[in-house]
Amino acid sequence: MERERTLSILVNDHPGVLARIAGLFSRRWFNISSITVGACETQGMSRMTIVSHGDDAMARQMVSQVMKLVDVIEVADISTQKAVRRELALIKVKSTKETRMDIAHILEPFRVATVDVGHDSLMVEITGDTEKIDALIALLTPYGIIEIARTGVTALVRAGADRGLTTEGENEINGNVL
Amino acid sequence: MCAMGSYAKSEDSSDEQQLEQQQKVQPVVRTGAELLCSLLLEAGVDVLFGYPGGAVLPIYDALYDSPLRHILTRHEQGAVHAAEGYARVTGKPGVVLTTSGPGATNAVTGIADAFMDSTPLIVLTGQVGTSVIGSDAFQEADIVGITLPITKHNYQVRDIRDLPQVIADAFHIATTGRKGPVLIDLPKDVTAGPASYVPLPQPAPKGYRLPPMPDEVAISQAIEAIRVAKKPLLYVGGGIVNAGASEALIAFAQATRIPVVSTLMGLGGFPADDALFIGMLGMHGTYAANRAITECDVMIAVGVRFDDRVTGKLERFSPHSYKIHIDIDQAEISKIVTVHQSLIGDAREVLASMNRLPCQPDTTAWLATIAAWDAEWPVHVVAALEDGLRPQQVISLLAKATDGQAIVTTEVGQHQMWTALFYPFSRPRQFLTSGGLGTMGYGFPAAIGAQIAAPEHRVICVAGDASFQMNIQELQTVIENKLPIIIAVINNNFMGMVRQWQQFFYERRYAESRISSPDFVKVAEAYGALGLRATTFSEAQDAIAQALQYDGPVIIDFDVEEEENVFPMVPPGKGTDEMTLMWEE
Repeated sequence: MERERTLSILVNDHPGVLARIAGLFSRRWFNISSITVGACETQGMSRMTIVSHGDDAMARQMVSQVMKLVDVIEVADISTQKAVRRELALIKVKSTKETRMDIAHILEPFRVATVDVGHDSLMVEITGDTEKIDALIALLTPYGIIEIARTGVTALVRAGADRGLTTEGENEINGNVL
Repeated sequence: MCAMGSYAKSEDSSDEQQLEQQQKVQPVVRTGAELLCSLLLEAGVDVLFGYPGGAVLPIYDALYDSPLRHILTRHEQGAVHAAEGYARVTGKPGVVLTTSGPGATNAVTGIADAFMDSTPLIVLTGQVGTSVIGSDAFQEADIVGITLPITKHNYQVRDIRDLPQVIADAFHIATTGRKGPVLIDLPKDVTAGPASYVPLPQPAPKGYRLPPMPDEVAISQAIEAIRVAKKPLLYVGGGIVNAGASEALIAFAQATRIPVVSTLMGLGGFPADDALFIGMLGMHGTYAANRAITECDVMIAVGVRFDDRVTGKLERFSPHSYKIHIDIDQAEISKIVTVHQSLIGDAREVLASMNRLPCQPDTTAWLATIAAWDAEWPVHVVAALEDGLRPQQVISLLAKATDGQAIVTTEVGQHQMWTALFYPFSRPRQFLTSGGLGTMGYGFPAAIGAQIAAPEHRVICVAGDASFQMNIQELQTVIENKLPIIIAVINNNFMGMVRQWQQFFYERRYAESRISSPDFVKVAEAYGALGLRATTFSEAQDAIAQALQYDGPVIIDFDVEEEENVFPMVPPGKGTDEMTLMWEE
């Protein structure tokens, strides 16, 4: 089934690791919707979250191929796991005396922070899942969006959930079914 | 890999004695380059294939006093293919040393070749000094970036203190699991700078996984499926050779009476003269092999990757079989063809486990069917010419004259397929060819590495007139090292396989596929080798006999039929059951 795939990858914090992963995705024609990297709980390692698209076979290939990279410690396909998925966006939108109040009303239920205000624009910071950010952008678009910067999704599996290491469970072909 | 120094052998001597002994043989190490040499020796390296240059001058200076043997090739591509030949014959990693920039980029084709065919290599490249990396310095190339997608792993050593662990890890990674090339980039100041002796540490690459031990439950389930099969078939490949699984495979096939088809890379993994062997499958596979893969009911695929030259059109590839895939690389499972059961692990271990379980499918009728196919279109029958020479006859003559025992390398093209079809390989590591990348220019330097690895063996390079010219400069390497290689040039004045495709699919429009050659006999003489020419069957016979008597390198120029084609052929986009056995225009 073709759908969004989220991979959580633990890697050695070595020079060039991002190039190894990104290069693998590009040469095998796996797409990357977003990629985030940052420090994690263990010194000398980083956690990378990649959001991609693909069917089950492609998802299995992604995981298996990423696993083969020497600098990769752990790969989990958390697409079907109970996980917290978050993205941060900075949105600069036109705002005039006339529209300022309207925009404030839109922002209220999103619980976002206004981080910069200018004469004819303001900048908001929003954190949430992709749908929430998309929704806010859609609502602000009529006012005139000047610039957007999004971090891409980062994610962690919730307490008690299977961490989905290596391959996901559904349609298991690598075992003995079929 | 030998991780122990030669000093660590005596078991009964006291620690003090050992320490004393250690100090005695501890090599003098003053520079990074000298440390590199001592680590390579401890890793079991005896020979390097390389070419010097500015960025590796410190390493060459250290080699000057080192017991390491160095084979100077005439081009870095030749060095890498020679190292591949050495690796394929010995099973040990081939070691390459090149300078930075053009030296390193010249090695790229060979590295890609080794990566595609899972050949273990350690490629050491010089790099400009750390103070100028990234500044577009003279002879600077980002070889780590360039080789990211064609190495199993690669390193740049930025601090000499990292070198011992990098060397240990690199050899471990290259030679375990699915084998492959590992590149180590060495900036000049790192090898030129001071260092002191450090023994080779234990490998500990963080994040590197070895394949799991075979799953006994899955193995017994596989055996259940095979036991009830009516038309089971073993489809085996290069993994058999790399895993040293040949004996286990022979035992399994003979105990179960299951016939065997092989990929190009698997040839020699199962003896060609065994009655259960029905030949190579795929684009130029035998009629019986391609019929068998299409009609089998249980496929046991071992150490193979369902390459497109094997499968042909996927929808028609063995459509009715229950597929069991044994492979060391999890990523190969269901990559191309969805299989029903996978056994991840070392092929030798998995087959050994399978051999412990009783399994006696009744294959009598199936073997009779296959024998009938073989009789219907036997590949080894080639009509002789009254006047002239067929390329297939040359391969058969070479096989006969060497009793099928020579180590044979090939270049890429028609002559490669004829060698695969007409030389009966009987043991693993006997046939060296470029399978995945299809590198013209591979075979001749690979023969150099093979002859150095196995001086007691007869080594023959079967070449095409076009391929041979791609690395013909290595003739001087052969002369210099007095290597008695026979180079059999199957000369049809064409890039034969390109011409064959142009004949079949481009209406005989032979665009740029006709290629002229120098007089190979005179070339041989100019280098100091023996040059022979044969234009008829009896001349070919005589030339081969003379070459085998001669103590030194020989080039035989076989003047063969120009427009001979390789059959059977599965045309591109067709299924393995849609073979063309002759061409009608």
